[in-house]
Parts: sequence; structure tokens; C-alpha cells
Amino acid sequence: MAFTFAAFCYMLALLLTAALIFFAIWHIIAFDELKTDYKNPIDQCNTLNPTIEKVKKIKRVKIALKLVLPEYLIHFFFCVMFLCAAEWLTLFLNLPLLAYHVWRYTSRPVMSCPGLYDPTTIMNADILAYCQKEGWCKLAFYLLSFFYYLYGMIYVLVSS
Amino acid sequence: MSAPGRTNLRGSVGYSQNSTPNGGAAPPCQNGPLQTYPPMYPPTGYYGAPPHHQGYPGVSAPGKAPVTNSANYYQSNQQHHVAPSSYSAGPPPQPYATVPSSAPPPPPPHAQYSQQPFQQPPYAPPGSYYAQQPYQVSPAQLHQQPGLVAAPASGPGAPIYPSAPGSGHYGTTRTTTAPEATQMGAPLHHYSAAPPPPTAALHPGYEAAAQMTVNGKGCAAGVQNSSHQHYDQSHPAPRSYNSYSGGGADRPASGTLSASAHSSPGRHQGTPFGFAADSGASSASAAASGPAGALTSSSSDDDDEDEDEEAGGDSSSSSTGSASPVPNNYDSLEGGSYPDSMPPSNDMTNQAQPYSNYGYQGMPPAYQQGPAQPTDAPPSQNLYGPSGYQPYSQPFPSLSQLSAALGGLSGVPELEVEALRPVNLLQERNLLPPRPLEAPEPDISSDLKKVNCSPQTFRCTLTSMPQTQALLNKARLPLGLLLHPFRDLQLPVITSNTIVRCRSCRTYINPFVTFLDQRRWKCNLCYRVNDVPDEFMYNPVTRSYGEPHKRPEVQNSTVEFIASSDYMLRPPQPAVYLFVLDVSHNAVEAGYLKRFCDSLLENLDKIPGDTRTRVGFLTFDSTVHFYNLTEGLSQPQMLVVSDIDDVFIPSHDSLMVNLKESRELVKELLTSLPAMFSQSRETHSALGPALQAAFKLMSPTGGRVSVFQTQLPTLGAGKLQSREDPNQRSSAKGVQHLGPATDFYKKLALDCSGQQIGVDLFLLSSQYADLASLACIAKYSAGSVFYYPSFHHVHNPAQMEKFRRDLERYLTRKIGFEAVMRIRCTKGLSIHTFHGNFFVRSTDLLSLANVNPDSAFAVQMSIDDSLADSSLACFQAALLYTSSKGKRRIRVHTLCLPVVSQLSDVFAGADVQAITCLLANMAIDRSISCSLSDARDAVVNAAVDFASAYRSSVSNLQQSGLVVPAVMRLFPLYVLALLKQKALRTGTSTRLDERVFAMCEFKTQPLPQLMRMLHPDLYRLDNMSDQGALHLNDAVVPQPRLLHLSAETLSRDGAFLMDCGSVFYLWIGKGCGETFIRDVLGCPSYASVPSNMSHIPELQTPLSERVRAFLDWLQDNRAFSSTFHVVKDDSSAKAAFLQHLVEDRTESASSYHDFLQHVHQQMSK
Repeated sequence: MAFTFAAFCYMLALLLTAALIFFAIWHIIAFDELKTDYKNPIDQCNTLNPTIEKVKKIKRVKIALKLVLPEYLIHFFFCVMFLCAAEWLTLFLNLPLLAYHVWRYTSRPVMSCPGLYDPTTIMNADILAYCQKEGWCKLAFYLLSFFYYLYGMIYVLVSS
Repeated sequence: MSAPGRTNLRGSVGYSQNSTPNGGAAPPCQNGPLQTYPPMYPPTGYYGAPPHHQGYPGVSAPGKAPVTNSANYYQSNQQHHVAPSSYSAGPPPQPYATVPSSAPPPPPPHAQYSQQPFQQPPYAPPGSYYAQQPYQVSPAQLHQQPGLVAAPASGPGAPIYPSAPGSGHYGTTRTTTAPEATQMGAPLHHYSAAPPPPTAALHPGYEAAAQMTVNGKGCAAGVQNSSHQHYDQSHPAPRSYNSYSGGGADRPASGTLSASAHSSPGRHQGTPFGFAADSGASSASAAASGPAGALTSSSSDDDDEDEDEEAGGDSSSSSTGSASPVPNNYDSLEGGSYPDSMPPSNDMTNQAQPYSNYGYQGMPPAYQQGPAQPTDAPPSQNLYGPSGYQPYSQPFPSLSQLSAALGGLSGVPELEVEALRPVNLLQERNLLPPRPLEAPEPDISSDLKKVNCSPQTFRCTLTSMPQTQALLNKARLPLGLLLHPFRDLQLPVITSNTIVRCRSCRTYINPFVTFLDQRRWKCNLCYRVNDVPDEFMYNPVTRSYGEPHKRPEVQNSTVEFIASSDYMLRPPQPAVYLFVLDVSHNAVEAGYLKRFCDSLLENLDKIPGDTRTRVGFLTFDSTVHFYNLTEGLSQPQMLVVSDIDDVFIPSHDSLMVNLKESRELVKELLTSLPAMFSQSRETHSALGPALQAAFKLMSPTGGRVSVFQTQLPTLGAGKLQSREDPNQRSSAKGVQHLGPATDFYKKLALDCSGQQIGVDLFLLSSQYADLASLACIAKYSAGSVFYYPSFHHVHNPAQMEKFRRDLERYLTRKIGFEAVMRIRCTKGLSIHTFHGNFFVRSTDLLSLANVNPDSAFAVQMSIDDSLADSSLACFQAALLYTSSKGKRRIRVHTLCLPVVSQLSDVFAGADVQAITCLLANMAIDRSISCSLSDARDAVVNAAVDFASAYRSSVSNLQQSGLVVPAVMRLFPLYVLALLKQKALRTGTSTRLDERVFAMCEFKTQPLPQLMRMLHPDLYRLDNMSDQGALHLNDAVVPQPRLLHLSAETLSRDGAFLMDCGSVFYLWIGKGCGETFIRDVLGCPSYASVPSNMSHIPELQTPLSERVRAFLDWLQDNRAFSSTFHVVKDDSSAKAAFLQHLVEDRTESASSYHDFLQHVHQQMSK
């Protein structure tokens, strides 16, 4: 019973996954709202996409990270942590999602800012359905991994 | 005084909420008053009660007006006993016997009312509903109107209504016969003939009431002029509507009154607009002008006006037919709306038919019978529906009698058989119909067919809706709609306080709803049962009460409503136009500026707008130039902003100026502009900053920005690099760079769309200008794109001419501002994808900053739930826009289609042209999102899949080979033609900009135009016979046969006309007869025909006249005039002509026969 780095990773991942679950739920709600007509897609994409605020005259681009990017970064972050902690199984389980995130980001439609969603195409039924499905799948994945991390954490704590 | 009485009655009857058909959207005030008694008084006060009237003057808010209307209905109720409605049961003195005693103790007025029920004058309801457009009003009548209204002036504005006298008016009219008689409108006289007006009576009535709006083209001729005047006068907004008044024309007290079917005082319907007008018109002159400009022309005499002083501005303006007998009235109306001078366009005549006939012939049999059995309880409205609706109509006794009249419910079997006849494409060669294809008619009952939306406006790829998605998948055909919602057409315009809509899905009432009984209607989209509001019970067409199914909304599938303030987020914007002009060296070289300025100068008076119209100019090269045109300056002032990284607006209120006030300065600027930059050496183009400036300039109002650009933007935000590799132009592999290089233009367009700014792009470039990126600015702000490759004012006169014509149309065409379009469809169907220029704001809502009559939209649909429980599927497109006169209007189109469960029925109802167009739109999306070759494969697969699906569905098919149903026999040909279009072709050298432009066209052109681009019509002109010729006016328009697009059909001794939509080619064979060349082209011999001939001389020979009549006829059917080229067999221009012969093999594409073989092979795989 010792507090190893691996145990720390699991604890951190546990907390962060809780945040990711929140993000996923938020994502689902956002698209549902869009589908049922409560929000204008421009507003929606602005909140879903990280927005770039240009501060006048100062050539400083401040990236206000909003939702999608933080999610990807968080996930990437604890994948790296698991790599460092040599938790190969856990890392292996997370790799598909990591790969998906990379693919998703490289094939994003918007060009001048780090967003994923294009307000002009998002209302297309296919894309909308895809985004909703994506949200549900991620929610399921994060929920499962939440319990897996919980189990992993206890296992590490107990076994060492 | 009588008014109160009526209102009470109404309340007691329980109509209560009905008046608020709009549901949530309806102005709250409507609900209130109707439901509770106390509130009801206010309305009464409106009309009669003095105490309230003070309130009114101030009440310009449209929302409140409805109340007044409701009162009107009551009045009309009184007549019910006479009228052919079930209500008639009531004894005359107390027609409302049914009325619960709960009716509040009638105030004095009530007493009055009861005493003289009969005399209760049927108010002339007239045109009030139909805001009938001034267009029809003949000049003579117009003159009368001012006079009419003069009276009101004496009792300025508001006082008119509220004034006690007004109420008294009603009372008095009953008692005093004389005045009433005079007041009565001509149409009424007609009615007085007595017993419930049979068809004849109604007919005229409708005519008088329903005037046609002549939009766009139709306006030409004298009519247009008059309308312009109206607008100008009336302009300050709502005022024009007063005309409603229709008049308090009462009918004569003669015994015939009882017989009359209706009438409610038109003046009550004065509606919001009417009131506003009143209040606004404080001066006599104002009052006079208001009515004149009033859109409504209703039927009443001048006398009326004089009599009804109280009615004042409201009272109806006289209508065309006031004193004349009905038949004349009709004629005159028709004449007015279709001036002889109007070109004999097929289009127009077709459209005209439905409406002009409207009154009677058009009426479904069921309706016609209705009046015959007045006592039989509610006339047949239920029957109106097709078989599917019958269950609802069961309760009504008259059903059995009427059912016979429905007839034809099951469609026309023979046609279906023909549509499904298997055609082996590999064997049958001659597939083209002799005349261009017509849209197939949905297989619904003839009654519904008559009222269904015109296929030119609203078309579905499958005119028989498959019941389930599974069935649709089996058919392998795309399901979608093609819409041309704002096209120029004539349609009934309705002004009503309450726009009746379904409470849950907000569908506008339409011809396909079911009336369960007098008081309820069932929505045809969501099947909710709604109440019929009181106001709706009164029918302005027949002037009868209790026949909601005869209202124009329920008789026309295309109607336009004048919207109330409920439909405004802000006061309607004025027409605002900003012209952004490229004045760099390149632009000066191309020489478009002179042409543009000349065109604008010529058309300055024809630009749609009113007195609030504002214009502005902005030019740019490497800097942005603004022009101060404020009234009072001696000459235009140029302001240069050189900080293009952070563009600012140098002066806020002087750059966009009122066109009327600053007309001279604008003219001066336009005259001097071309010379100002003639020496420019600036080669850079700061388009991005100029657009940003335009956005800032227009943000407060919204409006239209017209951008003229001649080169690649090279400076500031949104600068672009050349991406085209000329060596790749004919590459058969993929085509790169079909998408935008930057999203600057897209984002700006979205911002513009949010501020109701539409951007139209004119690209006049001789070199690559990256249209793929630039077009985004128009695409997402609902603008349009025009492209003139190799434009040069000297070297390319053909493009110059095209530019001139396009500009003329562009500047003068109708425009709608701050528009949104919502497409609703029957429960179970949903919208999948939209195609066109717009921003999709919600799953069914398009945001259109500007809407123009030349852009069309396509919509892909999917079937979510089975449609098994209904026999009809309906689609409704509602376009809400602000007209250039500052009126908020809603144009509603409703399309009804049968639902079928058999695959063969689905095939029989396929609309091959619509399918091809939708497929083209889908292919273009695919080529941008994936790749061109993907898109091409998908298109070919569509043909293969369809043929396979058909073969597998028809099990007993004996033939082998490529078999398709006859109705789809042209599908493979169209698919091949699609593959050979500039947009999708590979292997042939195509400039990237031209390809992208072709894609834009596919997305926005209306179907007929698209089909002509895709598969041009080829005719032989030198041996035209008069067989089957059309006789329009006094011209004979020959109708030559369509020919296959193959070199086989061309012969050396002939002359052939190819109609490619935007261009005509006249191909002259080497051995073409001397007579044709001499009589038509005016040249002695073939050799002497100039190679760049671009028009046909007006020769007086019979052959020339026929050819020109035919050309003119073709031309009249399209919005933009087409250019004309004479192509000699040996000229270099031949290639442009030959590339349209899609059935032939080219170096890079297969022939039609090879293509069929290919499809056949693919099928057997």
C-alpha cells in the first residue's frame, strides 16, 4: 500500500474524466438544442469552438479555450501521464480515442481558428446526427473509463 | 352602436378564442378582448363607442386592429339566416337564437341592433382582405380615390373610427334606406339581386375583391406606373393600407338585404395599417394620398366616401368595377392585370389562369354545390379534401351527395401505365418528347390538383411520396424539393388582422387543411385540430359569413400575406444599396466602370424602393474610398481611408444617403466616376478591407451590397494567392482547390447575414481570381454571383452586352430584405440538407439577408416515420420578407402530394428533371467535400442504381438490356449531360473559375434554367411549320420539335437554334438555304454572314417574323435576357456550340450509347 505515481495518475485521470463527462454531456445538450431550434448555429459554433479574440493593435492572439480543445488536451494529457507511469493496458485502451481526436482535428472544416464545427454545414442532417452520436459515444466511453480508473486506482493502491 | 351588440353576441356564441388563430404569435390583445366580455367592449368602442375612440388615434400598432375586425364578423352574422350557412336557422330578428343568453345586456346599441336586424347592412367587405393591389386599379379609378378620401380628411385620422358617428352610421344606415343605397358598392348591387348568390354573383365578387399583384415583369406596362405612384404617395409605411375600408358601404335597405350573403364593413378591417394611416394622415392631403396609394381597391362608389365621412381614410377606395355590371368588372380587372402590351409569355398566361378563373370555374365541385343547399347545414367544406379526408366529413349529411362530385380520386390509371411502360434504352433511340418536358402532375384528386402549387415554384422529385424510408431506398431515387419561392408571379395578396396558423406547428392555413366543421380545422402537417377564428369565418371573396373554406387562403396554394408587427423584429428596413467598385488599374483596363455607371444612371428610377431608399458608393484599389453625397453639397466628396489593416468609416451619416434627396449628387458621381480613375496605376486590390468597410457601413440597416471585382485580392485581410495551375486544367485526375482558400469571406458573409446584409458578387476578370474563395461572400449571405470571364469592353463585346443586360435586370428586379424562409412538411418527413445561397439557421429555417426573384433552392428530404396514416403529404414554404416599399410580407407556397405504398407508383410519379437537378446539387456538394471523381462516380451510380432497382422491382420483365420506366427514360441522358457540364467534367480544359461558377449556378438557378444549361433545347429553324403553333395576341409562335443533341441531327442545309439558357446559338450549315440566310439574317449568302453576328435583324419577311416570334417567346420565359450568337459551320466559335451536343463522343467523354453500355455493364456486376 503505497502512493505510487501510477496511483496518482489514476486519481488525476479520475478527476479529469469526471470533467470530461461533464463536457460530453454539455456537448450532447448543445447539439440537442441546436436540433430542436433553440440556438442559432453561429452562436453555437462560437461556444463550441475555441474563439480567438483579437486584442486591437496588440498582435496577440488570445485563445480562449472553450470546450472541444480542452477536452482533447485533457485527454492527451492523461494519456501521456499513463505513458510515463507505464500503465500500458490503460494507455492501450485510450489510444483509439486519442487517434480519433487527432484525426478529427486534422480534418476540421474551419480554417482560421482552432474550431471543429462550421456553422454553415452543421445544420446538415448528416453532420448533426454524426455530432450527436459522437457525443453519446464519448459519454459512454468516459463513463466506462471513469469506473475503470477507479478500479485501476484501487488496484494500484492495494497491490503495491 | 350596433357594434357593441354584435360583439356581445359573438362572445356569447363562444367564438371567443377563434379570433386568434395565430396562436402564440397572435397579438395578445386579440385574445383578451374576445374571451372576456369586458374586454370586448373596447372593440366596440372602436367602432361605435365614443368613449373608447380616443384611444385609437394613438393606436397605430397593428396588433390591436384585429379587434375591430371581429366586430365585423358579427355584423355579417346577422345575415346568416339568409346566407347559405347552417347558421341561417336563426329567426331573423334574433338570428343568434343560438346565442347563449349569456350575452351581456346589450347596451343601447344592442337594442338597436335587435330592432333592425334585417337592415343590418352587409358591409361592403370588399377588398379589404385582399389588400388588393393598386396595381390593378386603373388610372381612372385612382383619380377617384383621392376624391373619395378627401372626405375623411375633414375628420382627420383616427377620429374616423372611434367617433360615435361611426357607430351611429351603422344604425342609421339601416333605418335610412336612401343613404345606404348610395353607399353600397357596385358589387353589392350585384348581390342585391337577391338570393344567395349563385356562382355568377360570387364570381364577380371575387374578382372585384381579389386583385392580382403583379410582380416583377408583370408589372410592366401602364399598370406598373400606376403602382409606382401609389407607392410613392403612400409610402410612409403602413399608411397605404387604409384602403381597406372597403367601405362601409352598406347595402340598400331594400328587402333584398336579407337575401344578401354577406358583408362586413370593410372599413373595420382597416386593420392596423388602416389605423396607422389614419393617425399618420393628419392633413387632408395626406389622407388623400393614403387611400390612393392604398393597396386595396375594394368595391364601392365615390358616393360611399362622401357618405361615410366617419369612415374616413379607411373607407374603401373605389374599385375597378364599382358601378359597372359584374361582367364588365371582371373584364376590366383582367384587362388591367394583363395589359396587352405585356409580352405573350407562356409563363404569364399560365399563371394567370388559375387566379383569374378563380372565382368559379376553379372552384371544386363540392363547393359549387354548397350554396345550393343552404339549409343543409354546413356546406361541403369537408368534402373538399380527397378521400383521405373523408373520415372527418362523415358527420355531415351532405357528404353522400357531394362525394360524387369529387370524382377522380384514384387518379388517372392510363397515365400511370404510360409512365411505367418499360423502355429499353439500348433499342429505343428517339426518346425526346417533341416539346420540352412538363412537370408531372401529382396523382391527387382533380380538386386538389387545381389548387396545388405551380411546379415552377415548388417541385418535388417524387410526385408520389413513398410511404416509408424503406420504400424510398428501394426506389433508389433522391427525395427532395426544388423551390423558387420568390419568382416573379401574380398572386393574391391578403390583408387580414389574423393570419391563421396552426397552433402547434405554425403552419399557415392552406387549401389542404380539413375543416371538421364550421369552427375547427385540422392542420394537414401536424394534424392538430385548431379553432377557426372569427375573422376567418367571414369570407371577403363571396362576402359571406360562415364559409371559411372559401377564403382565398384556402383557395390558393400560393398567397401573400401582409404581415403585422408580430412578424417584425425591428421596423421594416428601407431599401439600402451599396455599390462597392474595384477601380484598380486592372478594372480600368477592363472598362466595366463606364458600363456600370451608365446602367445605373439609366435605371436609377427603376431601382426598387420608396422614399426611404438609400444608396452609397465605395471604391477601392489599394485604399478604400468613400463618397460623401449628403444633400446640399455642391459636388460629391471623396474620402480616402488608407489604413486598410483597420478600416474605419470616416463619416457616419453622410455616406449612405437618401436617393431621393441626393439624386443629383449621385448622378454627378456616376457621371464623373469613370473618368476619375482612368489614369489609375494602382494594381493592388484591397477587396477584404473594402468589404469590411461595407459591412460596417451597412450594419445599422442591412441591405444589399453589390461588389464588382476584377482581379485577385492582393492586400489586407482576405488576400488570396493564385492557386490554379494552368497545366492541370484538363487533368483527368482530380481537380484541386474547389473549396475556399480562406474562411475570411465565409466569416464575413456570416456577419453580414447576421446584420441582414446580402452581398452580390460580380466578378469581371480576365485572369484567375479565385472565385472559389470569393463566392463564399455571396453564398452565405444569400447573394448571387455573376461571372464574366475574359471581360473586356473592347475585345469582348459579347460579354459586355451580357453584363449590360444582366445589370439591367439586376438593378430593377424585385428584392426582399431581411428575409427568412421556413419549410415545413408533414409529420414524418424531415429536411436533410439545403442547397442554394443562404445561411441555415435551424433545421428548417433559412436566413436570407436578401431574397431575389432569380434564385432557387433545393432541399433534400428524408422520411423519418412512416406516412401510412395519411394519404397526402404536404410541404409548405413560407418566406417572410420586407419588400422594397418597407412592407413586411409573407409569401406562402403549399404543395400537396399523394402518399403511395407501391414501388411502381413511386416510379410512376418520378420527376426526371427535378431528380436530375437535385442530383446535380448533391454532386456539387460531394465534389467540394470529397473530390470531383467521387462526385462523378456518385452521379453515374445514381443512374445505375435506379436502373437496377427498376429491373428488380419488375419481376415479370421479359426484356433484357437497359430498361427504365418511360417516365424516367431521359434520366441516363441527363446524367450524361451532367457529367459533361463545366462543373463536373474532367479531361476537357476548364478554367477553375469557370468550373466554380458553373457550380454556383447549379446551386442557385431555378429548374427550367438549369435544365436548359444541362440539356439545351435544339430546334431546327429553317423549316418551321405552323403546326401546333401558339397564337399569342396577334403573333404566331411556331413550336418546332425538340431535336437530339447530336451532330447526327444537324444537317448541312439547315439552320439550328440551340437554347442553352443564358445563351442562344444559331448554327448555320454550309449548305443552308439562301432563303433563310437572306430572309432571316439579311445577308446575301452564307459567305457574307459575319462571324460575330449577335442579333437577328428585324426584317419584314414572314420567315424572319416567325423566327423572331419564336425567339422572343423563348426569351420571355426567363428573367435574364440571353445573348445570341450566330455560329457558322466553319467558324472558330463552333467549338462552343459543339460542346453542348452531349450525346456525342468527345475526346474525353463517352457518347450516349457508350454511356448506356457502361451503365448496363455496371448493372450486371
